[in-house]
Amino acid sequence: MSEHVLDAKGLNCPLPILKAKKMLKSVPKGEILVVYATDPGSVADFAAFCNQTGNELVESSQDGDVYVFKIKHTADA
Amino acid sequence: MTESNGAETAINPKSLSIIVTKGSLDWAYPPFILATTAAALDYEVTLFFTFYGLQLVKKKLDPKFTVLGNAAMEMPMFGTHIAMPNFMAMIPGVDAIAGAMMKKMIKEKGVASLEELREAAILSDVRMIACQMTVDLFEYKREDLIDEIELGGAATYFEVASKCHINMFI
Repeated sequence: MSEHVLDAKGLNCPLPILKAKKMLKSVPKGEILVVYATDPGSVADFAAFCNQTGNELVESSQDGDVYVFKIKHTADA
Repeated sequence: MTESNGAETAINPKSLSIIVTKGSLDWAYPPFILATTAAALDYEVTLFFTFYGLQLVKKKLDPKFTVLGNAAMEMPMFGTHIAMPNFMAMIPGVDAIAGAMMKKMIKEKGVASLEELREAAILSDVRMIACQMTVDLFEYKREDLIDEIELGGAATYFEVASKCHINMFI
């Protein structure tokens, strides 16, 4: 299983979400996309994104100034 | 599903329409941010461009900025916030400078450019309709507008809006 990583550091709303959505399309179902972001708004937004799209947010954490989101591709679309 | 007049009234809970009436640099952002984000959340999205909103679907995307009549606008400068009084807009070049400052700020803060957002909207199948009446009123030609745009009128808008769960006016 290859690692799927999206570096969205330095990007502001709504770019991290748009890029994550685009990248998820190439992540096989059941695998995990790791997103790194620095926008504090992305904490609430990635939770909402996963709720709305039916993907699973398996981890939302912070490492210094960087937010880390692990999204399991569970949605059909 | 309720049928009142024989028309199809099924509403998709994940659908959004926005009437876009403004075409300045600052006001161009809300409709494109909301439309692209909604599309990323699997919403069916329609933008209806009318009056000055048509600026945002011209092939050459170059919305202008003015400090005039915006009492709430202040720029972060010299560690504080500087308001732009109305009379400043009378001075030739002030609006252009303020617009350039705004674009610089947008870039530095990692905010998407309008071109990027519009491209993302097109790629995520956001439906875009230009109001035929205002296209004629301002004498725009079909070829002035991006290829992805459809032309339609108020009736077209209502046909869309009546099936949308969220309808906005910006």
